[in-house]
Formats: sequence, C-alpha cells, structure tokens
Amino acid sequence: MKNILVIGATSAIAQTFIERMAVGDNKLFLVARDKDKLSTIKNDLRIKKNINITTFILDVNDHNNYDSMFNTAKSYLGRIDILLMAHGTLPDQKECEEKVETAVFEFGINALSIIVLCLKAAKIFEDQKFGLLAVITSVAGDRGRQSNYIYGSAKGAVNIFLQGLRNRLTKYGVSVLTVKPGFVDTPMTAHLPKNLLFSKPEVIAKGIVKAINKNKSKEIYLPGYWRIIMFIIKSIPGKIFNKLSL
Amino acid sequence: MKQHYKSWGLYPPAKHKNVIKLHWISDIPDLSRIETLVLPYGLGRSYGDNCLNNDNTLLDTSGISRFIEFDKKSGIIKCEAGVSFAKILKVIVPNGWFFPVTPGTKFVTVGGAIANDVHGKNHHTAGTFGKHIISFELLKSSGKKYICSATKNTELYKATIGGMGLTGLILWAQFKLKPINNAYIDAETIKFKNLDEFFELSEKSSKEYEYIVSWIDCTSRGKNFGRGLFFRGNHSSLDKSELPQPKPPKRLPFPFTAPAFLLNRFTLKIANAVIYRSQLKKHTKGIKHYDPFFYPLDSILNWNRMYGKRGFFQYQCVVPYTDGGTAIRQILECISKSGKGSFLAVLKTMGSVSSPGILSFPREGVTLALDFANHGEKTRKLFADLDEIVKSVGGALYPCKDACMSPEMFRFSYAEWKNFNKYIDPKFSSSLWRRVNKEKE
Ligand SMILES: Cc1cc2nc3c(=O)[nH]c(=O)nc-3n(C[C@H](O)[C@H](O)[C@H](O)COP(=O)(O)OP(=O)(O)OC[C@H]3O[C@@H](n4cnc5c(N)ncnc54)[C@H](O)[C@@H]3O)c2cc1C
Ligand SMILES: NC(=O)c1ccc[n+]([C@@H]2O[C@H](COP(=O)([O-])OP(=O)(O)OC[C@H]3O[C@@H](n4cnc5c(N)ncnc54)[C@H](OP(=O)(O)O)[C@@H]3O)[C@@H](O)[C@H]2O)c1
Repeated sequence: MKNILVIGATSAIAQTFIERMAVGDNKLFLVARDKDKLSTIKNDLRIKKNINITTFILDVNDHNNYDSMFNTAKSYLGRIDILLMAHGTLPDQKECEEKVETAVFEFGINALSIIVLCLKAAKIFEDQKFGLLAVITSVAGDRGRQSNYIYGSAKGAVNIFLQGLRNRLTKYGVSVLTVKPGFVDTPMTAHLPKNLLFSKPEVIAKGIVKAINKNKSKEIYLPGYWRIIMFIIKSIPGKIFNKLSL
Repeated sequence: MKQHYKSWGLYPPAKHKNVIKLHWISDIPDLSRIETLVLPYGLGRSYGDNCLNNDNTLLDTSGISRFIEFDKKSGIIKCEAGVSFAKILKVIVPNGWFFPVTPGTKFVTVGGAIANDVHGKNHHTAGTFGKHIISFELLKSSGKKYICSATKNTELYKATIGGMGLTGLILWAQFKLKPINNAYIDAETIKFKNLDEFFELSEKSSKEYEYIVSWIDCTSRGKNFGRGLFFRGNHSSLDKSELPQPKPPKRLPFPFTAPAFLLNRFTLKIANAVIYRSQLKKHTKGIKHYDPFFYPLDSILNWNRMYGKRGFFQYQCVVPYTDGGTAIRQILECISKSGKGSFLAVLKTMGSVSSPGILSFPREGVTLALDFANHGEKTRKLFADLDEIVKSVGGALYPCKDACMSPEMFRFSYAEWKNFNKYIDPKFSSSLWRRVNKEKE
C-alpha cells in the first residue's frame, strides 16, 4: 500500500502515472487547478479501478494555498510515500522576449512554484524520515537553446535545485528523483509537428514507476536514449553551437 | 513515435494535413478555426475510406476515453466517445453486464460504433448498436453542443447514428447494457452442406439463439458449393461454481484455435478443407469464453498487414431474403467463379428490428462479408458485377467496409441520402463522403 500525492494531476504524463498507481490499496491525493478535469479523472478512476480518490484544487501561482494543500493531503494520506510534481507550461519564447511579464510569469510556474512546493514538501519528508519526491523537469534544462531558453532555464534551475535537495535529504532516507523526459506527445506539444523522437506519455509513466519502485534517488532520462542525445548536444563546442538554429 | 492514420484495409492511402489529438471533452479546440475540413477518427477499424480525410484534418478521439457514470444496478453506462469496447468490457463483465450489441472486434470506439451504427451476431434479436443508445452529446463546428436522444434533438439523433462522423463530433454517449450471469457463452457449431441447409438452420435457430453467425467456404464449387459452419450461442446461465476455472480453457470443442493460418492466402485451399473437416462431428456443443466467441480475430493483432502494402478490400452487402436466397447464391457463385475472394466469408441473417439511424446499413435479409486482396482493376470489375446483383434485388453495401462503391451505388443503397445532407456539419467531411458524392465526369 502506497500513499501518493500528485501535483499537476491533469497533465497527460501524470494521468498515465496515476492510472498505473491506482491499484490495490494505494491511496491517491490529486492536485490540479481545473475542477472539471479533476472530477473527470476522479469519476473515470472510480468506475475503472473501483478506487477512491481525493482531490484538491490548486493553481500553483497561488503560493498562499500551498500549506492548506499539504495539510489536507497529510490528513487524508497520513504518511506521504510518493510525491510527483508534473505541472508545467511550454511558453511562447518569442512572447517572453517581447514581454518581460510573460517571461517572469512562465518562470514562476516552471521553476519557482516547483522550488517552493519542494521546500515545503522537504520539511514533511524530513519529519517522516521516509519517502520519495519525484519532479518532472526536462531535457530542455540540460542546455539553453534559442527556441526555448525561458522554459529551458526554468527546468535547468529545478534540476540544480533538486541536486541540492537530494544532497540534503539523503541522510534522512528520502529519495529525490529528477525525471527528464524528451519530447512527449501531450497537450503541451499539441501544436508541434510530431517526429520519431516523440514518445507516448505511457512510456514516460512506465519509466517513472520503474524508477520509483527501485527507489532511485538520481536524475533519469526518459526514454533512456535521451541521455545519449543530450550528451552529444552538451558536447557541441560553443563556437559551433551558437551558429546552429536550435 | 510517428503515427500513421490509416484504415483497416490499408487502402486507400491518405495524407492528412493535420491530426489533432483530443484530450478533454471540456477543452475541444475551436473547430471553426481549423483551415481544412475535419473528421473524427476512432480506432480506424473501418476498412475503406470512411475514417479517412485525405488532404484534410483528422480529430483523433483516442484521448477522450474516460468513463463518466456506470450504474451497476440498472446497467446504464455513460462514457466519452473515444472509449474502446475492450476497455468497457473490462469494467462491465465483472459486474454482470455485457454490450447490447457488439461488432466482431473489440477494438472499436463508442463514437465509431455509433457513427457506423454497427451490428453484431444478435442483429436478428437486438437490432443495431444505435438502437440501444439512450443519448449522446454532439459538438458542432459552430461550438454549439446538442444533447440528442429519441425525444430530444431527435432529427440530429437519427442522422448521427450511422452518420459516418459527418454530423459533428460525438463527445459522450449513454447506453443500456445487457445483464449476464457470467463471461461465458453456450456455444454450438454445426456443419452445413449447402445454402439450403444454412437457411433452414437460420430459420430454426433464430428464435432460440441470441447469437448466430456462419462461415461459408467461398472456394468450393459443384457438390461442395455453399458448405460452411454455423455458429450459434446464448449467454451461459451456469453458476460461478460450474464454470471452467480459473481461465477460459484453451482446448474447446471447437474446430479452430487461432485463425492465423486461415488467413494465409497461399494455404487457401488446404486450409479450407482443413477447417471444414476439422469439425468432425456434424454438431458440437461447449462452453466458450466471450472473447474468442465474439472476437476470434482480435487475438492476432494487425492481421490486416498480411495482405501487404497494397492493402485489401472487404465487400459487405445485405440483400433481402427472397425466393430461397437467390441473390446470395448468385453472389457466391460470382465470387467462387472469380477465384478471388478470401476462402472464408461471413454470412448472417439480419432481422427486422429497425434502427433510429436514417443512414443505417442493416436491414432485414441476409448479409455477406468477405475480404479481397487488392488486385486493382480486376477486383473492381468483380465488385461492379456484384453490385449489379445487389442492386437487382434492392440490397445495399456497408460504407464502413467500402472503398470502391460508386455514387450511384451509394444513393441506391441509402434512399435517405438527400435528407441526410441537411444534417451534415459544413466543416465535416471524409474521403468516403467526397467519393460517393463525386459528380460524373
Ligand atoms: C475484425 C473486424 C470485425 C468487424 N466486425 C464488424 C461487425 O461485426 N459489425 C459491424 O457493424 N462492423 C464490424 N466491423 C467494422 C467496425 O465495427 C466499424 O468500422 C467501426 O465503426 C469502427 O470503429 P472505430 O472506433 O475504429 O472508428 P473509425 O473506423 O476510426 O471511424 C469510423 C467512423 O466513425 C466516425 N467517428 C469516430 N468517432 C467519432 C466521434 N467521436 N464522433 C463522431 N463520429 C465519429 C468516423 O468519422 C468514421 O466515419 C469490423 C471491423 C473489423 C476490423
Ligand atoms: N510534453 C513534452 O514534450 C514534455 C517534455 C519534457 C518535459 N515535460 C514536462 O512534463 C510535465 C507534464 O507535462 P505534459 O507534457 O503532461 O503536458 P500537459 O498535459 O499540458 O500538462 C501540463 C499540466 O500543467 C498544469 N498547469 C499549468 N499551469 C498550471 C498552474 N498555474 N497551476 C496548476 N497547474 C498548472 C496543466 O493544468 P491544466 O490541465 O489545468 O491546463 C496541466 O495539467 C511538465 O512539467 C512538462 O514541462 C513535457
């Protein structure tokens, strides 16, 4: 039996993760901003899996609501075994360059909200001396590219933040899993033309569950071949890299 | 992962300008702003071009696949249009319910089943799937949504059932299930020597057996002409304790296990004799799990690929049952003479239960369905000959199996086509629809 908290539960990747975890005696507490979507997921799981689920509405821009969310989750779940954070946005890079407010807003969702939520969760995990914190970042955080460096820098900030948090929480027996997916076919990428590098959300969810079951406390690439792709991209010398239109 | 959107027959090829994956019924993109014409796409189990929209846009509904309500007491279920029958079976069967009507594969969506108003082995007692639809919600490209039922937006309800995805996007549907005792079927197989025997068996069985279908040997001529196997069954009424445990047994008193070898065109003649003879006794009875009974082909995924890149056709017609099934005889003779058809054809009598759908295919009579490898003009010529026979007795072709029929044949098959035009959403179209509405050059 696992007690699982998912933030950004309506994300396509999170949904397939939840589907996998909604088995046996597992208890799920799902957090997202859209009430209708949340209840849609809840009904579906109740009918399919005969499992009861508790939900909580949270817009991650609303930092004031974080404590109340965590308190409600704790009182429902008791101990938190697994926390997955999946929310995010893929901003329009051009718009971010034109409008500073957009850049700040997007950075707020993709970096700051995660960092603040993790800091609060870390306290809980420290007290529990147990648990696994998984955060979906992205391969985009490995090297900045002109086409999406606001998104990339936010993901990169979270990657570094999680390294530190892992360093801090290891002695408490708490695992910190950084999940770096490549391209995934989800609503976030609906507007992009699809190529062979796109994975299905199910593939990412499967990888996350596998890493969680092994209690991994490290950075993982999903699918695994993205480690090689990113290794190559990171090794391109700056002189050449800067001439590429990536 | 690059996904190609094809139809089950892999013919005709189609290039889509765009495919839009739908994720939330509460969040469908504004259809009026899409540059091209659109068409919903379920699981692509239609054979021809009924689920294709060449040069235009597809709306992939596989992501709108959630359950909304399931009343285990009354057996009424409500789900999003992209939910597959396979997914529904997993939920309903353990709770003592089954589909009121199911086609021969479980990999179809609820939306696709409504849009083609599918029929099953129980057409003679239950009618079509559309007959059991209580209500559904239809989204028009204007953004307007309509809840349709037999009493609400009735005209739209009737046009959408069998409406081939042209009236709008079905968001969800609600339908009534059928109670069952367990997951098994009391199944029987009977050999018949010729069509007379088939018709006699059909007549005798139609009252007492809910599910009836036959496989008929299309290669044999002369004395063996029209021989085949007659399958009939009812939901088993056995108690849990009397059922085979724990999994459906693999060895059953049935002649076939997996039809893989049956489908190899090179082994046609041999396989054909094997099938017929493998059923040694004239009549066998046994208990069979619903899956192999209803979905014998589902155990081999992608069997459609064995016809190769050129794809294949299916020809399905229905003809009235008059003067001892003369038309069916003529059709079968024509096929067996050509030597082109798959050696196995599916034959079934259809009952008189009417469907709400104005463009629904099933009607009282006998329906025949079989596959043909794509030999280009030769195959088309054969179809033209078959069409003439179908027309001569006032029969019809099934669009969801079709890639060839002429505009004339379509209009002949569907007298209501003009009336149907009124309900088409101007933003919706399909390759099939453009084909059967092509003006003569
Ligand atoms: C092995 C096999 C056995 C079969 N046996 C039978 C049988 O026994 N009886 C029978 O009747 N048929 C049978 N069929 C055909 C099949 O049932 C139909 O083609 C069915 O419509 C396929 O459903 P789909 O979800 O794959 O839809 P698709 O083939 O993808 O689409 C079919 C049509 O439905 C429309 N559509 C899909 N979703 C929606 C939506 N949400 N809103 C509006 N329109 C929508 C599409 O636009 C298209 O016109 C069989 C097919 C196979 C491959
Ligand atoms: N798709 C990819 O190619 C890809 C690649 C690498 C990493 N990722 C990461 O994977 C994660 C999941 O994304 P996805 O691909 O599954 O896309 P998705 O389905 O679009 O999910 C994004 C989720 O973030 C939520 N969200 C956005 N803003 C929010 C806010 N202010 N408050 C609360 N929730 C908010 C969205 O909620 P609503 O449903 O209410 O809009 C949505 O559920 C994201 O972190 C993404 O960056 C994706």
